[in-house]
Amino acid sequence: MMDALVPILVATLAAGTPLVFAALGELVVEKSGVLNLGVEGMMLCGAIAGFAATVASGSIWIGVLAGMAAGAATALVFAVLTLTLQANQVAAGLALSIFGVGLSAFVGKPFESVALPSPQAFGIPGLADIPLLGPVLFAQQPLVYLSWVLFGLVSWFLYRTRPGLVLRAVGESPTSANAIGYPVIGIRYLATLFGGAMAGVGGAYLSVIYTPMWVESMTAGRGWIALALVVFATWRPGRVLVGAYLFGGVTIAQFFAQGAGAAIASQLLSSLPYLATIVVLVLISRNPTVIRLNAPVSLGKSYHPDG
Amino acid sequence: MFKKGWGATLLGAAAALALVGSAIAQQPLKIAFVYVSPVGDAGWTYQHDLGRKAIEKQFGNKIATKYVENVPEGADAERVIRELAASGHTLVFTTSFGYMNPTIKVAKAFPKVHFEHSTGYKRDKNVGTYNARFYEGRYLAGIVAGKMSKSGVAGYVAAFPIPEVLQGINAFTRGMQSVSPKGQVRVIWVNSWYDPGREREAAMTLISQGADVLMQHTDSTAPVQAAEEKGVYAIGYHSDMSKYGPKAHLTASTHDWSGFYAKMVGDALAGKAQPSNVWGGIKEGMVKMAPMNAAVPKDVRDMVAKAEADIAAGKLHPFAGPVKDQSGKERVPAGKSMPDDQLAVMDYYVEGVQGQLPKK
Repeated sequence: MMDALVPILVATLAAGTPLVFAALGELVVEKSGVLNLGVEGMMLCGAIAGFAATVASGSIWIGVLAGMAAGAATALVFAVLTLTLQANQVAAGLALSIFGVGLSAFVGKPFESVALPSPQAFGIPGLADIPLLGPVLFAQQPLVYLSWVLFGLVSWFLYRTRPGLVLRAVGESPTSANAIGYPVIGIRYLATLFGGAMAGVGGAYLSVIYTPMWVESMTAGRGWIALALVVFATWRPGRVLVGAYLFGGVTIAQFFAQGAGAAIASQLLSSLPYLATIVVLVLISRNPTVIRLNAPVSLGKSYHPDG
Repeated sequence: MFKKGWGATLLGAAAALALVGSAIAQQPLKIAFVYVSPVGDAGWTYQHDLGRKAIEKQFGNKIATKYVENVPEGADAERVIRELAASGHTLVFTTSFGYMNPTIKVAKAFPKVHFEHSTGYKRDKNVGTYNARFYEGRYLAGIVAGKMSKSGVAGYVAAFPIPEVLQGINAFTRGMQSVSPKGQVRVIWVNSWYDPGREREAAMTLISQGADVLMQHTDSTAPVQAAEEKGVYAIGYHSDMSKYGPKAHLTASTHDWSGFYAKMVGDALAGKAQPSNVWGGIKEGMVKMAPMNAAVPKDVRDMVAKAEADIAAGKLHPFAGPVKDQSGKERVPAGKSMPDDQLAVMDYYVEGVQGQLPKK
């Protein structure tokens, strides 16, 4: 039983990691009151930029940095449109997603069917030898560890630091934050760029480490799932993490069920991860008071200092 | 003045048209290909494009070929095929199963254009079909897998449960069991022809469930790469995928369309092209095995070579009776081989495949 469990859990963490990056990034964006629906597009731009940079440089880390930069650059377009030019956030975000799909497909044409070597997992000395937990938690790709660091940082920043408090205040009531002297637009710019950078890392993880290959639209809806995770997890980092691994876990478990010979229609199994993740998150987060407490009040509303 | 000017222009246009008309008569034969995925450097579309390049080389400036890649099956396909037919292509090859209905529909509107659709079953006055007996290559791959597997378990990453894919799984299983009677095949369906992420996850799952030789009926090289990473064997499909797994890649079951394309183009140039109804295999050179890995010992190579020669000579049929399905029901009695019409509607696993076929 243990032997069968280890590969499932290892693969679960690996499959959930891009969602952890993208969803935690989006969580920070939404906490500042900005709704960026362009996660899918930003992930794809990160994926192709990361892949191209890795092919050119031979270094995964340069690839991940390139993905981060590409995600942030895409987010900058969104920020200029919605924060400076006051465009509608929903419309601009949807446009960004569609734009990202097209742009990455165009740029990625020469990289179709180029293959990269699979990167080696990095075992943390000492910890990787613990039975069951060792191979699952401590013999993963370095980016998986970094996603946990990101989780710790985001939780700490939002709830334990003064800048985090300011960011949340901007998301609750930009008018009040502005009245006491905080640069609302500047803070929202930073949050949006951070969200884009994290979506870019999530995309680069997929193309450089997970597959490792570039395919048009390879994120396959993960950007949308990341968005849904943030809402259904009621804007709380811990639940985002649970949701991301749940999604990864069900994705992997359905393959194991098939390999073990379960006679369930594979089409139904393929839809299970989406269904299970949303149902579980809705169930654990169904308290309306908690939702009201955590949802940023001014989410998706444009703000202009002059009223 | 004004009227006179127009008259002259019209006259000039008519003369120009006449000139163009006579020029068309000497222009090369325009041939178009519609591809479902990017050409890339391995896979289903790549093999068709090798065929296209072969006819370009053979016929030189007598023909002009064009291809449109990455055309989704469905409404987009119809638009692309219609455009190709309308822009003067006289021979159009549509190379994916899902192009069947769009091809038939467009063909009715362009009776003078000759269409050839790959892997379909609908034909018309100007629409032919061509396909290969991929299962013959699968049987040979099964022999290699049966000889090279230590665990006796092979993993199969499959796309959709349609007859063509089931023929492959079943032929592979029968090939494997012909040399390793206890051999088992585990199947994972990924519900996509081309999705490296899912193909890789499926391959990793199969390896962790004990498979030490992987076979695939999907387009990407992800399963071969996964096998290389985990130190097990894999057998490629469509193309020689050895550069993606120098140690893992034992051989590959590949297709070669160049002979068929050359024949169609030759007929079209001679003005006697007829819609075809071709289902060729090893004998016709449409199915070929890629070079074997150095890890495959000589006795296995000889065994495969003999089976290949026997299939070509008609002495060996991958579905020679008795063929029993999983429930033990006899599908083909001893002494007979499965007829083509029965192959074409295969919807079950034979003995030796693990698990049950998902119900539709």
